[in-house]
Amino acid sequence: MRSSDLGFRVSIGVFAAALLLIVVAIGVTLANDSSLSLQKFGVNFWGTSTWDPVAGQFGALPFIWGTLYSSVLALLIATPVALGIAVFISELCPQLLRAPLIFLTELLAAIPSIVYGLWGIFVLVPVVRAIETNLPESMRSLPLFSGPPFGVGMLAAALILAVMVVPFTSAVAREVLKTVPMTQREAAYALGATRFEAIRAAMFYARTGIIGAVMLGFGRALGETMAVTMVIGNNPQVSLSLFAPQYTMAAVIANEFTEAANALYLSALIEIGLVLFIITLLVNMLSRGLIWSMARQLPAKAAA
Amino acid sequence: MNPSRTPAPRKVLSALFVAACGLAVILALVPLAFILFFVISQGIQSLNVDFFTHNPRPVGETGGGMANAIVGTLILTGLAATMAVPIGILSGVYLSEYRGSRFASAVRFAADTLNGVPSIVIGVFAYAVAVLPLGHFSTLAGGFALGMMMIPIITRTTEELLLLVPNALREGALALGATRARAVFSVIVPAALPGIITGVVLALARIAGETAPLLFTSFNNAFFSTSLMQPISSITVQVFAYAISPYEDWHRQAWAGALVLVTIVLICSVLARIAASRVARVRGQ
Repeated sequence: MRSSDLGFRVSIGVFAAALLLIVVAIGVTLANDSSLSLQKFGVNFWGTSTWDPVAGQFGALPFIWGTLYSSVLALLIATPVALGIAVFISELCPQLLRAPLIFLTELLAAIPSIVYGLWGIFVLVPVVRAIETNLPESMRSLPLFSGPPFGVGMLAAALILAVMVVPFTSAVAREVLKTVPMTQREAAYALGATRFEAIRAAMFYARTGIIGAVMLGFGRALGETMAVTMVIGNNPQVSLSLFAPQYTMAAVIANEFTEAANALYLSALIEIGLVLFIITLLVNMLSRGLIWSMARQLPAKAAA
Repeated sequence: MNPSRTPAPRKVLSALFVAACGLAVILALVPLAFILFFVISQGIQSLNVDFFTHNPRPVGETGGGMANAIVGTLILTGLAATMAVPIGILSGVYLSEYRGSRFASAVRFAADTLNGVPSIVIGVFAYAVAVLPLGHFSTLAGGFALGMMMIPIITRTTEELLLLVPNALREGALALGATRARAVFSVIVPAALPGIITGVVLALARIAGETAPLLFTSFNNAFFSTSLMQPISSITVQVFAYAISPYEDWHRQAWAGALVLVTIVLICSVLARIAASRVARVRGQ
């Protein structure tokens, strides 16, 4: 290697190192700035549900509950739809429709979160409220539908999250399905499989990658802020009810960060940010790992 | 048994599956149509020249616009691009040129990680790094937050596009005695430039629509400001403030702001698609 080439490598390597530095700096800074709350509350922070900034009592259980519950619900709604779209685009649809459909689903991903939120407040929430008020009385006794119908609440948040997650999951699932060798499908058809059976075989072949795609959608849902903040009702409570106004980790940071009047309050909010960072980091690592391992195993299997 | 009359259950199942997949596409397109319909129909009613030329009016006075917020968004995205484009492109070059190295894998992993960090967390980080030391909200802090969201997008797009450049070009340049730097900047990057510019435009469109990282970095400002050290308004934060307000007139302004945001996204997506298909065609020949 020429010395000028080494110089080039080092000088652009500095810029590449900036990315590593930023990720490390985020973790270190958040951990550092939340030390006050970490020391004062320890593990109790995540086990108690009193959130009373005036009294200096901070328990973050309702937020982590709201984040996980809304994301899981969104995933339950979004996953079948997203996989259906991925299969439709990559396996079923006429060539002519493919590009427009990809464009439209990408558009769904490109619409800003704040626009989803605006639409959620003025269009989705009234619709959800109408559904909630017209629910048969017999179902109201279920814990899932208990409480007064507000419109804003877990159901509205889960629905809007689902719409936002679908394009991410379907795009990755589509890529994953594309890597399944044609011979897999051809072999299935040759054995007399129906379309469904051939696609099922392809999906089974790609299962690791598809689970990775679903996890990636989960990671998106966990961190989604604006749209959820605007429709979930922002009430810190742990409830199974879809009608209950609840709160998420991202939403409490968005709403209360500028109001945090003392160091402990601010530090508690930063700790929520730290944990959100760690959770999304783990989910993303796991999903990327799954997608990578799928991509890696392919040539080996094709050779076997 | 009469196989010719009743189709086999397997075939019925298969047809149902195909129908379900088609239904899934419709299920996803319905909300898209609804959102676009409402944003356009509600937005057009309140979008007028004043929206682009006037600053917000206080509650009770109708009219006014988002001139300050539009300028704010331009400044914020400009700042972000100034920070993210050099870092993003050069690190993308590194990833494609030295793709096998351990360090490259680590950087690639960091880029994907950063891409997945929730935007609100980026905001908290920018607050800790750029707001706390200064003691006040500033445009600079907002641009910094947006820049950090933009870097990994540009890095990964640049890397992917550089990998598409035929290796013969690189080898040709090196065979003529060019240094690695010369080969990269005179031959390889120019070959991929249209695609890279498209990627930058898409990244700009994406961060122009971000709200969460700005809430407590650039904050908001009711007045027209171009100062980097002062808080500044942005379309997204202004739409948020208007949307959660109880005033009818502000709601209308929020829809107009949303229409402007969606238009930006739409134009960028269409341009990117046209550019991408042109690149594909040139490459195909």
